[in-house]
Amino acid sequence: MAKSGHDLIDIKVHVWRQKDAKDPGKLVKYDVAGVSTHASFLEMLDILNEQLVAKGEEPVAFDHDCREGICGSCSMMINGRPHGGQKATTACQLHMRLFRTGDEIYVEPWRAAAFPVIKDLVVDRTAFDRVIAAGGFVTANCGSAPDANDNLIPKEHADKAFEAAACIGCGACVAACPNGSAMLFVAAKLSHLHHLPQGQPERLHRTSAVVTAMDAAGFGNCSNHYECEAACPKDISRDVIAEMNKDFAKAAFIHRDRSTKADGGG
Amino acid sequence: MSWFAKYSRSSIGAKHVMAVSGLLLLLFAVVHMLGHLQMFGGQDMYNKYANFLQSLWEVKWPTRAGLLAMVLVHIATAMSLVAKNRAARPVGYAVYRPVRSTAAGRSMILTGLVILAFIVFHIVHFTLGQVQPGVFHTLDAQGRYDAYSMYVYGFQNVGLYAAYLVGILLLSVHLGHGAASWLQSLGFRHPKYPYDKLGRLTAVVLFVGYMIPPTAVLVGLIKLPGA
Repeated sequence: MAKSGHDLIDIKVHVWRQKDAKDPGKLVKYDVAGVSTHASFLEMLDILNEQLVAKGEEPVAFDHDCREGICGSCSMMINGRPHGGQKATTACQLHMRLFRTGDEIYVEPWRAAAFPVIKDLVVDRTAFDRVIAAGGFVTANCGSAPDANDNLIPKEHADKAFEAAACIGCGACVAACPNGSAMLFVAAKLSHLHHLPQGQPERLHRTSAVVTAMDAAGFGNCSNHYECEAACPKDISRDVIAEMNKDFAKAAFIHRDRSTKADGGG
Repeated sequence: MSWFAKYSRSSIGAKHVMAVSGLLLLLFAVVHMLGHLQMFGGQDMYNKYANFLQSLWEVKWPTRAGLLAMVLVHIATAMSLVAKNRAARPVGYAVYRPVRSTAAGRSMILTGLVILAFIVFHIVHFTLGQVQPGVFHTLDAQGRYDAYSMYVYGFQNVGLYAAYLVGILLLSVHLGHGAASWLQSLGFRHPKYPYDKLGRLTAVVLFVGYMIPPTAVLVGLIKLPGA
């Protein structure tokens, strides 16, 4: 950092521009001058967009919301890594101090058949919603919030559930996976519920249902490369995938699912 | 069995099929390697072992049929997975920088196909005797098939040694990824068992274990009887 507190850098940004879902799209190079090293990556895109609007050009469309790393909206590949590749960091929390004057930065949307591009860097992630709708919840009516310590849950279990619940559904795991697989996301949603007592009654049915929805959405398969784990801005471990794999075998081999019986019996 | 068909066609079911078939083939590779280490026990020990295996047709043919079935299932499932994975990313990235995956993991399909060719060559060489027909099915002093001499003739040939070196190297790399992968795929991951290390260890053990006897032949430590 310079004595003044921050530097200004001049960079070249190659951004994926695509008018709509049907447009083939292409990378377009822009010069962005005088970017503060205090700016976040999204603020740099804001600066670029102000320049584009001033010139009467269409600004770059990108998803963003909280800009504090907890919503999972900002989704973009930065120099070949989801969210830019800094450990446990979303694109909004990535700062321009990591770049130098003269750097060429490539910004692309998530690439997956299940995440079609809507415009520029914005992709349609409703495939994740379909997975959640298939079973990422507990059907029992929970009523109002229980009193503290009403349900005794061992600390280790609560910690594991919370680690998985940290998933913000950004899709970086899909974007990073060489196969476009969503297993880290899906497994995190399962692990979140399956380390708590409320998640147990429907555990195997839920596993089977969300995996079926995941496959139907057109995500790829896991080859145990663990790029997802490295890319996850919430540092979710591949352990959750192993849990899901085991539960899926149990669901297939030893579970009699009520919903598959015509008479509803089990 | 409709539930089984649905299961085996699902993404995780296919992982399990790859893991179980791969594990059985890996176990065979380990046993096969241990068998060949008996070359150091001399002609009598090795031929006794080879003839013991050949004489047990009740074991030999079911094993061969089982291995063939596992190979076919493993390859067919792999092909189907590759097709689905390619379809899952129809448009690639202009810049893509993998950081966690290994070259071994990313090249499984490539090493797998070369290993298939290597296995076919290996069967043509030592099971069918078509590579060196002159030394195939000769008899030793006790009237048994002389597998020991066939092995020595095979690896005294530098070209054949080099072919096996490449084949075994790729086999070790492939099975190294597999040895770590099947545990994750079947959900046996536990922090107490560092399976990434198990993968690397398996690769090294297989490579060294398989290549020691041929190397001993090549440098003259293991010789023909009476030579």
